[in-house]
Amino acid sequence: MACFIVPAGEAVVTTIATKVLEKKTGEKPTGIVPKMKWLNTMLWGGSTLLAFEHVWHGEVVPWFPFLTAMNDAADTAEMLAEMSTVGVTMAILVTLAWGVMAAAATAAEKRAPAETEAT
Amino acid sequence: MTLLITVIAALIVTCLWYFKFNDKKYKLGTLCLMYWGASLMWLVDAIYEFAELKDEYFRPEAADMINDAFLGLCVAVLGVVIWLVMVLVSDPKGVVRRIR
Repeated sequence: MACFIVPAGEAVVTTIATKVLEKKTGEKPTGIVPKMKWLNTMLWGGSTLLAFEHVWHGEVVPWFPFLTAMNDAADTAEMLAEMSTVGVTMAILVTLAWGVMAAAATAAEKRAPAETEAT
Repeated sequence: MTLLITVIAALIVTCLWYFKFNDKKYKLGTLCLMYWGASLMWLVDAIYEFAELKDEYFRPEAADMINDAFLGLCVAVLGVVIWLVMVLVSDPKGVVRRIR
């Protein structure tokens, strides 16, 4: 019902963390900051497209309370249950996929200078 | 159908990014990540729905399938629109600047 809110919430946290890290480390083409931007894009992009789906199905409206499930106590409980199961699983899976991507990219970065030295 | 169409869009854009337009100025990597992020989220949705419906998941009503396909196409188009706005704002080829 509103499962996209959980990955969107994670996107807010990771975006703030990225900005803080960028201020500390500066803009570099390698390292954790560019990789965190991938995670931000996956979370924000996915949440935006899923939000569109919820608008399509009438679960999100542009007036208060914005989530139609909030109009009814039973629906609200179902929505919260869905957020805590489906929403959290979405956030975890996207983060895990990003973790694999970041690990592969880090391995490739480490291999690149070694290959340059060899040639 | 929404998941399938989003994954197809992600595959097409990823191939375009890898084989042709991998310069950061085109921001095609951003569109890839958006589609893959959405695909992973809809995959989770599909898994939970399959756990609930079991075999019935693979026997949807025709009207529901058509609606989902229409939604999938609209989602793919929305992704392209968002990407296009980002490209036009960054204006890597200076086309918008030349108009002004």
